[in-house]
Amino acid sequence: MSASPTLAPAAGVISLTGITKAFPGVIANDDISLDIVNGQVHCLLGENGAGKSTLISILAGMQFPDSGSISIDGVPVTIGSPKAAMRFGIGVVHQHSTLVPSLTVLENLMLGEGGLTLKEKRAASRLEELSGLLGASIDPNILASDLALGQQQQVEIAKAMWTGSRLLILDEPTSMLTPSAIESLAESMSRLKAEGLGIVFITHKLREAYAMGDCVTVLRGGRKVGELSPERMSSLTEDQAQAEILRAMFGEDLAAAGGLESAAELAGATEAAPETSRVDVTSRPVRLELAGVSSVGKSMDVSVTDISFAIHEGEIFGIAGIDGHGQAGLAEVLSGQRAIASGTVSLQGIDITRLGVRSRQEKGVRYVTDDRLHEGTVGNLSVAINLLLKRIGTAPFWRFGQINKPAVNDEAKRLIAQYTIHTPSPNTRVGTLSGGNIQKVLLARELGRGARVVVVNKPTYGLDLKSVRLVHDLLREFVADGGCVVLISTELDELIELSDRIGVISRGRIVGTVENDGGADVAERVGHYMIGGSAHDID
Amino acid sequence: MTSTDTATESPDGVTTEITPLKEESEFVTTRTSSPRRRALDIVVRSVVPIVLALIVAALILLALGKNPLQFYGAVIENGLVGQNWQNSLVMMTPLLLLAIGLIVVFRGQLWNLGYDGQFLLGGVVVAGLAPQLIKATSPGIAYLVLTVAAIAVAAAWTFIPAWLKAFFGTNEIITTIVMSTIGVGLTNILIEYVFQNPAVRTPQTRAIDPGDMLPYIPGTQVPIGFIVALLVAIVFQFVLSRTSFGLRLDVFGSSAKTARHVGINSRTMTIVLFLISGGLIGLAASMDIFGQWGYMRTNWNPSYGNAIMPFVFLARLSPVGSIPFIAFYSVFATGGTIAAQESGVSVDFLQIVVALILVFMTVTEYVGTKRDLGQSYLPDELKDAIRKPLNAFTGRMAK
Repeated sequence: MSASPTLAPAAGVISLTGITKAFPGVIANDDISLDIVNGQVHCLLGENGAGKSTLISILAGMQFPDSGSISIDGVPVTIGSPKAAMRFGIGVVHQHSTLVPSLTVLENLMLGEGGLTLKEKRAASRLEELSGLLGASIDPNILASDLALGQQQQVEIAKAMWTGSRLLILDEPTSMLTPSAIESLAESMSRLKAEGLGIVFITHKLREAYAMGDCVTVLRGGRKVGELSPERMSSLTEDQAQAEILRAMFGEDLAAAGGLESAAELAGATEAAPETSRVDVTSRPVRLELAGVSSVGKSMDVSVTDISFAIHEGEIFGIAGIDGHGQAGLAEVLSGQRAIASGTVSLQGIDITRLGVRSRQEKGVRYVTDDRLHEGTVGNLSVAINLLLKRIGTAPFWRFGQINKPAVNDEAKRLIAQYTIHTPSPNTRVGTLSGGNIQKVLLARELGRGARVVVVNKPTYGLDLKSVRLVHDLLREFVADGGCVVLISTELDELIELSDRIGVISRGRIVGTVENDGGADVAERVGHYMIGGSAHDID
Repeated sequence: MTSTDTATESPDGVTTEITPLKEESEFVTTRTSSPRRRALDIVVRSVVPIVLALIVAALILLALGKNPLQFYGAVIENGLVGQNWQNSLVMMTPLLLLAIGLIVVFRGQLWNLGYDGQFLLGGVVVAGLAPQLIKATSPGIAYLVLTVAAIAVAAAWTFIPAWLKAFFGTNEIITTIVMSTIGVGLTNILIEYVFQNPAVRTPQTRAIDPGDMLPYIPGTQVPIGFIVALLVAIVFQFVLSRTSFGLRLDVFGSSAKTARHVGINSRTMTIVLFLISGGLIGLAASMDIFGQWGYMRTNWNPSYGNAIMPFVFLARLSPVGSIPFIAFYSVFATGGTIAAQESGVSVDFLQIVVALILVFMTVTEYVGTKRDLGQSYLPDELKDAIRKPLNAFTGRMAK
């Protein structure tokens, strides 16, 4: 296979020098300099909030740095818009799918093109060229919604490279991939690297950084705090490299994180394994039962079909599956936000099928949504009000319809202290808090006062490692006290670490349930159901 | 409308991803937006568009060969000085009530743009029935009964758009405008065929006897409708900012998704908001007919809603906050009408000033949002469009 003529020359470097970017109250990037060399995979490591996203949006032309400069092959450039970034051959694959589900692969790829008419023939040959490069086979005429997740990502990469690419930025591409899909991604990356592309690979999993990266830059608190050059990388063993990266990532917080070993676990350096002290919960009484529940929805994400399962007291029931396969529908059906077309939901034997959000709230059925910014909170309202968002109008916080500010503030202060929410005051607008603290606001609201069943949807998505651990601890505490949790997640590691059983959802149906018995093959068994296998194919 | 959208949403998406740095707090404080600075920012963003619009309007006047200082002087003279401020307050009464009616729905991110039809239908009920009802009973009873009737009719006129929106998601901008057009036509038909004054040949209703109009506030020539408008503003300020209904409304307006999440019934909310909005517009009509006009002609349409539209947004959808803006417009419109006649400018010039305020409001919001995001003020394409011809030009010069 020969290099495509539209690719940039192999020897080249994109240099960022002294990049600084501040937002009100926060310095997201503080004097960051780094060189991205063609033909190398450059790993960008750091917790959420370390400034990775800002740096990427500067490279992608979505933000403009306050100071500092970018030069390509020694020529200073200004990347003022995403369009400009594309002209320089900088392509970004975002964490979330940007494909239009109702269009075919080819149509999706042609979306960004100018001109009056669609040039399908040329596009088809370009796709062929790119899929050869990626080592993937992609059917150009299949609908984007019918693609498996791994394939979707290949299409996203092809889209990022569509107009010719010299730098490919992959923003946490592995978080929802099965082990085998990660392998094929790694293969594609090494092929692109061989073609002379520069790749920026963002991850928070150390073992991937070591396996796939040539060099590493570590960010913390907006600053560059460590780097491993390609020479140094190759001279270190995996353990040595990890230790060095961890020290940079956590710095003086390493002790607070519980030492090197526990930090390594947090940072995904080790394979996930369930907690050892798992108790058998199946003998306990059933808390929540769904029997043949179906809902009606316009998109696949919100419709579920014939869902049946029972959860016991003190159990965490994991729901795995490719994003957008009915997870939102399941959560909404449980929380009462979506009407149930057929089937029944019962809580401790009492039918709650017809109850709405507020009555289920009162009965202890709670829902921590995955969209914490636009669904779970109102960014412009205060922390205190957001903590009481589901109790608007109830005594003692409202009397005769009028708000009782002292009562609201007292309750807010209590919850802020109990859940260690870091906020300047209860009156701070919730939108100005960090993601981890917003998630704590949601958990404080849902886990308290008589919660029996809590549905959590992607509870740790986008959180820094310390917050991830805190959320996990809160959920464990909750089930230890006899609560029960439906844990919907696209992070396999998280599901394996926390769940007693893992149900796999696909196209709105539970296609299989895996007992999380600590076996080494749990991830592969779950992955098997996810890609459309049935129970018979296993063994 | 779009400008307010971006203003409320933009800062959150960016800042939440980033954790503040504790050890650098002294470095950061200069960039922290304190509440006082935010308040100042809001005032600046509200006043700047008006100032810019007045400056550009002055330039237009200069281009027309008029003296802008003389014009603005005449505006103040006729809108404020002597007893003229009273005329401004009379004008302010329906404007303020209408503004609150719009604020209530706009806060819920629902767009009731059918105010003309709702206002005229409410008005024709009053103008058509008042003269005879006053004769049959007493002015007091007529005020009460017909105000309630005007509120009910105007509210009812919002019901179809509200119901379509709540149950089928039909775009309420279109349905309210369509219903408004029907309402305007229906008003004309009612005047001509039902309420026609038999004593005159022009199509108009009977007039309320000047002695039976709304009483004045003691010591002035301003009808008590003005007091009603102020009270309504204060009541709604309280309802919106201090009650559970106001909070639910804010949650509903911020995000329909959140509303559903916390168990707010969006169908009920949509219908209730439209009914309140229509009701307040009906009240505005009743106060205006009883206080100022006393009768209605066909094809009379003061289009109050269009005039105050920019000001409800400049007031950030706050009922009490809108009072100074509405007062400003009332003075400007009252004085401006006479000033325009005196200086020989078309009265439509006032509409141009309102339009200019809207334009500069959008620009101010855009620049403010860009600044909040820390982005460049100019769009890239615009920069390119300027740069390219400039480069070509300077290149040619060099040769």
